[in-house]
Amino acid sequence: MSELLQFAFSGLTVGAVYALVALGFTLIYNSCDVINFAQGEFVMLGGMTTVFLGLAGVPLPLAACLAVVVTVAVGLALHRFAIEPARGNGAVVLIIITIGASIFLRGAAQVVFDKRFHSLPPFVGGDAIRIAGASILPQSLVVLAGAVIILVLLWSFIERSLIGKAMVATAANELAARLVGIDTRATVGLSFAISAAIGAVAGILITPIALTSYDIGTLLALKGFAAAMLGGIGSAVGAVVGGLLLGLLEAFSAGYVSSQYKDAVAFLVILIVLLAMPRGLFGGAPVERV
Amino acid sequence: MLAYAKTGAFIALLLAIGAGEARAQVRLGAVLSVTGPASFLGDPEKKTLEMYVDDINAKGGVNGQKLQLVVYDDGADANAARTFATRLVEEDKVVAMVGGTTTGATLAMIPVFEEAQIPLISLAGAIQIVEPVRKWVFKTPHTDKMACQKIFADLKQRNLTTIALISGTDAFGKSMRDQCVAVAPQAGISIAHEESYGPRDSDMTPQLTNIKGKPGVQAVVNPGFGQGPAIVTRNYRQLGITLPLYQSHGVASKQFIDLAGPAADGVRLPAAALLVAEKLPGNDPQKPVVVSYTDNYQQKTGQPVSTFGGHAYDGLMVFVEAAKRAGSFEQAKVRDEIEKTKNFVGTGGIVNMSPNDHLGLDLSAFRMLEIKGGDWTLVQ
Repeated sequence: MSELLQFAFSGLTVGAVYALVALGFTLIYNSCDVINFAQGEFVMLGGMTTVFLGLAGVPLPLAACLAVVVTVAVGLALHRFAIEPARGNGAVVLIIITIGASIFLRGAAQVVFDKRFHSLPPFVGGDAIRIAGASILPQSLVVLAGAVIILVLLWSFIERSLIGKAMVATAANELAARLVGIDTRATVGLSFAISAAIGAVAGILITPIALTSYDIGTLLALKGFAAAMLGGIGSAVGAVVGGLLLGLLEAFSAGYVSSQYKDAVAFLVILIVLLAMPRGLFGGAPVERV
Repeated sequence: MLAYAKTGAFIALLLAIGAGEARAQVRLGAVLSVTGPASFLGDPEKKTLEMYVDDINAKGGVNGQKLQLVVYDDGADANAARTFATRLVEEDKVVAMVGGTTTGATLAMIPVFEEAQIPLISLAGAIQIVEPVRKWVFKTPHTDKMACQKIFADLKQRNLTTIALISGTDAFGKSMRDQCVAVAPQAGISIAHEESYGPRDSDMTPQLTNIKGKPGVQAVVNPGFGQGPAIVTRNYRQLGITLPLYQSHGVASKQFIDLAGPAADGVRLPAAALLVAEKLPGNDPQKPVVVSYTDNYQQKTGQPVSTFGGHAYDGLMVFVEAAKRAGSFEQAKVRDEIEKTKNFVGTGGIVNMSPNDHLGLDLSAFRMLEIKGGDWTLVQ
């Protein structure tokens, strides 16, 4: 029993990390149908910038805020100098641009920061909380809470605010959105800025658990993308559920099947789910765009 | 016309100087991975070789001749290494070679040097380079197998014989895991359970929970490299496992202590003497060598010392000592003298080569360390 609980705690810890990354995909996808593969690099920038500002003597809370600002600036620059000039080229071209941007950001981080691993102190106490023979780190709860808070904010932003509606409209039909008076360029730019901020916050929250280095973005983006697909890309709730599910799948297959094949088991389950529900768990029915 | 004549004369003069230089110098080759994924190995190696060749030349050279170091960067590409090896042999006419950095590059270059009958002293880790023994091939770094044996010897001393392994699935983790599994029976150690983790995993508690649940396990060994072992160590404490934990020489750096934090307390690991230069007792034969190398390296480069640069130092000095004993740079004589290296005190250990052992290190090359209060202590 305590084993089961421990696997679940491990799954939730890792899953919360994936959920935070997956949430970052949601917004940009909702505004321009693009899957931003540089999302993992936003996560890396958030963590690494905080670490290096901290090393330079900046108090950590301030360093974290500055890291978010820096990452947002990078997100805006990515939109302004790479995405915007290529608008009208279709989603595939833009996705490939984001892959290029992710390689560029990784290379730049290697030069600006370094190639070593770094950590941050946990936000609230370092001692594990023990429940029925299993243990979980307080920082895992912080990450989980962070994922839920971002989820609520994001959901109310997309569903309840006019700007959020404008983003969805832009993704659905850019020309029609412009005709009803939406500044589509600013809308897409804003979605990059907010996604960058989500990524940076994710990076800061997970660094005390998962550590950070210049190249963590690639795998996080891959896992986050898998989580977002599982939950239904574009759905904020789906991103969180997908992330947690993926984490739990990995933990249970590592615990009960074999640690060698845990990634394979997790991805197999995702393939099966997507075969049965091609739009993911919360993807909803395809919307006809007329 | 006059301008041409002047230029011509100038070039002729340059050529004359160049030729004069070349005659007075003996060329030593080095194909290293200075850039690319293995640059953290190749970069300190190159700096070390350059630093010490300059130093040797400043003191009058070897056998009355100055050494000229010819370094090529293979970028961790074995194909490029082989091309450079051919160039060293055919164009640069080197008398010996110190390199390559990686096992792949070394294995690619071996046939070239064997055929040309020029000594090669490799700086790469794998045991395959010197097993089976090849006439012209030597190496300086200790091997994974020795790290396993060192850990097992320490376990035996503590009367612990049943262990669990948790290893990374990266190249380093896999290779060391295989060596540990291979030498465990001879060492009288039985491996009761095995787990693994991906090099980028951020939580290893499921694997460790399984280890915790196995009856009879007395200690846990973690062959791994990078951030994985730090997370294993943290998760180990998080789960409240109290069995002794052994890490590998792959994480023998201050960075590991920083990343693992207080969880690292009590962790043991084998490491080269170079990393604990200041902590060695005064009568340790390696102490003067490692302290002097550390001081020189840190002063010249401003970077912390690593064992990789130390391997390059050992390779260069083994060659230089052999050439001095041979009294010439004749390749066959130098090769024979390298093989006769005895009681050479290097940064990696005390080297005693023989016709069946072209590495020449024993387990004393590794020191068993225990982390206490965020710093290394030597286990006696």
